[in-house]
Amino acid sequence: MHSIRQQPFKTAVLALVWGWLLFLVLAPNLLVVGASVMTRDPATFLSLPLNLDAYRQLFDPLYLDVFLHSLYMAAMTTLICLLIGYPFAWALSKVARQRQLLLIFLLIVPFWTNSLVRTYALKLILATNGLLNKALLSVGLIEEPLQMLYTEGAVIIGLVYLLLPFMILPLYSVFDDLRQELLLASHDLGAGRLATFVHVIVPLTLPGVLAGVMLVLLPAMGLFFVPDILGGSRNLLVGNVIKNQFLDARNWPFGAAASILLTLAMALLMFAHKLSKRRLGEEGA
Amino acid sequence: MKKTLLSLRELSKHFGDKTVLDALNLDILDGEFITLLGPSGCGKTTLLRLIAGFEHPDAGTITLDGTDLTQVPPEHRPLNTVFQHYALFPHMSVFDNVAYGLKMEKRPKDEIRQRVDEVLAMVQLQDFARRKPHQLSGGQQQRVAIARAVVKRPRLLLLDEPLSALDYKLRRTMQVELKRLQRELGITFVFVTHDQEEALSMSDRVVVLKGGLVQQLGTPREVYERPANLFTAGFVGETNLFPGRVLSQADDSISVDVLGFKRTLRRPGFKVQDGQPVHVLLRPEDIRVLDPDGDQGVAGKIVERNYKGSTLDSVIQLEDGTEVLASEFFDEDDPMFDYRLGEPVRVSWVDGWEWLLPEEAGEIADRELSADA
Repeated sequence: MHSIRQQPFKTAVLALVWGWLLFLVLAPNLLVVGASVMTRDPATFLSLPLNLDAYRQLFDPLYLDVFLHSLYMAAMTTLICLLIGYPFAWALSKVARQRQLLLIFLLIVPFWTNSLVRTYALKLILATNGLLNKALLSVGLIEEPLQMLYTEGAVIIGLVYLLLPFMILPLYSVFDDLRQELLLASHDLGAGRLATFVHVIVPLTLPGVLAGVMLVLLPAMGLFFVPDILGGSRNLLVGNVIKNQFLDARNWPFGAAASILLTLAMALLMFAHKLSKRRLGEEGA
Repeated sequence: MKKTLLSLRELSKHFGDKTVLDALNLDILDGEFITLLGPSGCGKTTLLRLIAGFEHPDAGTITLDGTDLTQVPPEHRPLNTVFQHYALFPHMSVFDNVAYGLKMEKRPKDEIRQRVDEVLAMVQLQDFARRKPHQLSGGQQQRVAIARAVVKRPRLLLLDEPLSALDYKLRRTMQVELKRLQRELGITFVFVTHDQEEALSMSDRVVVLKGGLVQQLGTPREVYERPANLFTAGFVGETNLFPGRVLSQADDSISVDVLGFKRTLRRPGFKVQDGQPVHVLLRPEDIRVLDPDGDQGVAGKIVERNYKGSTLDSVIQLEDGTEVLASEFFDEDDPMFDYRLGEPVRVSWVDGWEWLLPEEAGEIADRELSADA
């Protein structure tokens, strides 16, 4: 009582934050955990008794294939984002400060358009009679239109397009913090460019790499509308499976179990990220 | 006579249209402790970075022991740097930091271990080998930075204001330690600082820099007692600078009108003419404060006194308003010796302890301008 009267604003803000976290984060997650151990029921969605059937179903070869394929596409997406994002972020940290801000602004501008809309735009480009095919035909590089839409490649292109900024931003942050003096010290001690890259730059940017992977890999498994629009029926993500279980198959326990699988994977990555930061001594100084 | 190790010829460096180094020449001798001293922006750090290879000169050459280093990248120069903020690799232990240079040389593991242990013992950090840099104090990090640079046994060690981040007491300790290390290792040290006291106490020779030009190169004693110009005189140590005018000349002495009285001084190294203005330079410890009833020197009164432990520093205002800094040692006959403010005194100095400097080009121009107006 004492503290409420003394610091009403602080108390109100804290209550709001805690309330938000309890009701909109913790409670829904507990509901998902609860749903995952219940039994499927066509009438009421969920019913007793409690069991682990949903988790057993995760290892069904049919779904295991979908998960592995989904993981493969997400991993490819992450790898491509990393290969583009790493040099991109490095170069970004090297340009003059004023231009840096402009470039970051340009990187963020696409977020102002809904990602669903942007994915449809991508569809127009990749379609059989789309912009890309027309352009390639007109310059004579190909004789007939390529089948680009509804392939695994199209899904990966879509995911890379949507998620690349999430790789670049954390990498930019670690490159921005990378002290030039450390690179000079490495050269001074006899290391060439490659040795400096391997022994100094890579370890010091690793937290950024892991943060980027975290922000790309997991969403890449969940962005169900990308395969819906670009991938056809064969290139499903875990996100599609979860969506289908809840909306079409009406198998809530299984959908919940798949969600938890994703959550656990996320937790694992966050743990790895934390470890890598601790190795650098918290602040890296 | 020691031989030249590093030779800098006509080195120039510009950043945009700013000239940082202007055709600088310098010879660094084998095994010496040489300090680059100057205010910020004088070009001392740029000079160090050119020697290290982090920057390339716009013109001029850098030669080490007869080998032209000008185009050699830093990783292939037989010299190492101790950075101002240490630049220790945060993800490596103390051992790995120190071993880094030897690993790059692809030395055998046993040799690396032995040499790292040896150099860590030398800087008294043998018990800290497994710590990470962030678990060390500033002074310890400094030692690691030095160990990491000397473990490769460089011909030349470059030190970029390495003590500037340490507190006063630690600084003193590290100064002594650096001198000891330099003696033990026999490596040539090129030390950069803006702290003139540090420069005087540590160096074999001091290079005073300003505006990308060498103002003076000499032993600490030469730089302090016989400054080459007004800048060096003012930058190194505290100075009383009195305007004087040459009255007459003899074979090895000249007569100068200074502070309103006539003194016979040793003939300076530069040419003088009768009537020519000169600067008479006196360090505070050259000043003698005398009894007010005498007839030597000039009358004045004490306007400030500061007890400094080993000396009593005072400011004496002369009748024409000129302020004179004096620094006197306590002597055993009169340990309670002191002044009160306003006390009348006379000031003079010991014959031959003055240093004469000619009027400089800028001043002559100023004088002619005001004469025209």
